[in-house]
Amino acid sequence: MLAGCFIVFFLIIGGAVDFLFFAGFTPAGARLPIATVLALGFASFTTLTAYYGGSGLILGSLGAEKLDMQIAEHRELRNIVTEMALASGAAMPQVYVMDDAAPNALATGTNEKNAAICVTTGLLTLLDREETQGVVAHEMSHIRNEDTLLMTLVSVLVGGIAILADWGQRGAFHSRSNRRDGAKNPALFIPLLLLVAVSPLLARLLAMAVSRQREYLADATAAEYTRNPRSLARALEKIRDAGAPVNKATRGTAPLFFCDPLRRRLDDSESSLANLLTTHPPIARRIALLYEMAGMAQAAIR
Amino acid sequence: MIFVIWGIVFVAGIWIISTYNTLTALRLRVQNGWHQINVQLKRRYDLIPNLVETVKGYMQFEQDTLQKVIDARSKAMVSTGVKQTAEAQGALSESLGKVFVLMENYPDLKSNQNVLDLQEELSTTENQIAFSRQYYNDLVTQYNTKQQVFPGNLIAGFFKFQPSELFAAPEAEMALPKVNLSLPR
Repeated sequence: MLAGCFIVFFLIIGGAVDFLFFAGFTPAGARLPIATVLALGFASFTTLTAYYGGSGLILGSLGAEKLDMQIAEHRELRNIVTEMALASGAAMPQVYVMDDAAPNALATGTNEKNAAICVTTGLLTLLDREETQGVVAHEMSHIRNEDTLLMTLVSVLVGGIAILADWGQRGAFHSRSNRRDGAKNPALFIPLLLLVAVSPLLARLLAMAVSRQREYLADATAAEYTRNPRSLARALEKIRDAGAPVNKATRGTAPLFFCDPLRRRLDDSESSLANLLTTHPPIARRIALLYEMAGMAQAAIR
Repeated sequence: MIFVIWGIVFVAGIWIISTYNTLTALRLRVQNGWHQINVQLKRRYDLIPNLVETVKGYMQFEQDTLQKVIDARSKAMVSTGVKQTAEAQGALSESLGKVFVLMENYPDLKSNQNVLDLQEELSTTENQIAFSRQYYNDLVTQYNTKQQVFPGNLIAGFFKFQPSELFAAPEAEMALPKVNLSLPR
């Protein structure tokens, strides 16, 4: 539903830029809304190249390595991923391990066939088998719910809106001569201009909201797969208490992780303003929701 | 007016076809789910003789328990059909569980890396069986539901779709386990 809002928002901004600066939708202007189409084209090109090449690049930048079957923990991890693949009815994804003391995990891949899950060594050490199972179930849910695809589409739209707003800003200085053409309604002009100016910020906020919603969905789907929401709640508690950032994570790769790897103070605060700006929901709320699913009304306050 | 009638017939036709296809696809996925379970069960059958051989040397006083495991395994291997397999599997899981509990009494056994690996293998096999069962049961529930809700039940009845059986836990598994706390002599 949020994604639908996004598409509508994009079309509004595109329409606004076309109307204001390219004399679209008026008898004097072009037939097609040029700006909207071109912006969509550029944004798609950059994002889709990332989409198709992306998984390998991301895993490479994080230093992800294949499993070593000689290590008991890695064998256990492979078994856990097999179990979760069976529970979700998906094909078995590739499994990687990342050398970092911070406990975290991520899933990449555009569809089931080229999906990959990466887990940090810190997580393998910190969590027991049940809790690791919960985290892996969460990552499998992302793959099953096609969240990478959705977030890619959202990126295309955010990029497109940024391009449109940029053109809008440049256009504002050149369009004074155009103002006499077409049927530009002065009452519309100022509000639309303001809308175009703030649109990149609004677009980013919407994208964050979509990301947070999908995180909640992945938590719920993971509980459905394992039938054990408590294990995921315990894993979240342990990871929250560990509180360490993942070294190689960047702002680009941060949304893919299980918990925000950049560990800014925003994550642990509950104010609604802070909530708007994060890709992941506040950890305390995730834990409380999972305990509710387990039928335990009061989350144990640790 | 004639267009409206043709329109209704067309839409009804599309709906019939799509419901039939959904039911057929679900039936095939249910069959696949059942085969998946059998794959996991076979894995367990193959692992059990290994476990029994490894622990036999250490657990000399538990021969009858180990023998029960072997018997349960043989029985499970020849069972057919959902219900019979579910019962035999339940008995096998129960006897295996007893062996795991008894293994706690033998510290030599617990420090043996081979045994630990084997325990992990069996643990993950039990989990994989459990999750395959869970997925199969979820699929069967979905399939049976689609066949019974209106208006899908019209199509299901017309094309003779049958409800599938759930892989249910047999009564024995749900009985309270008897724990023998007396010390060995």
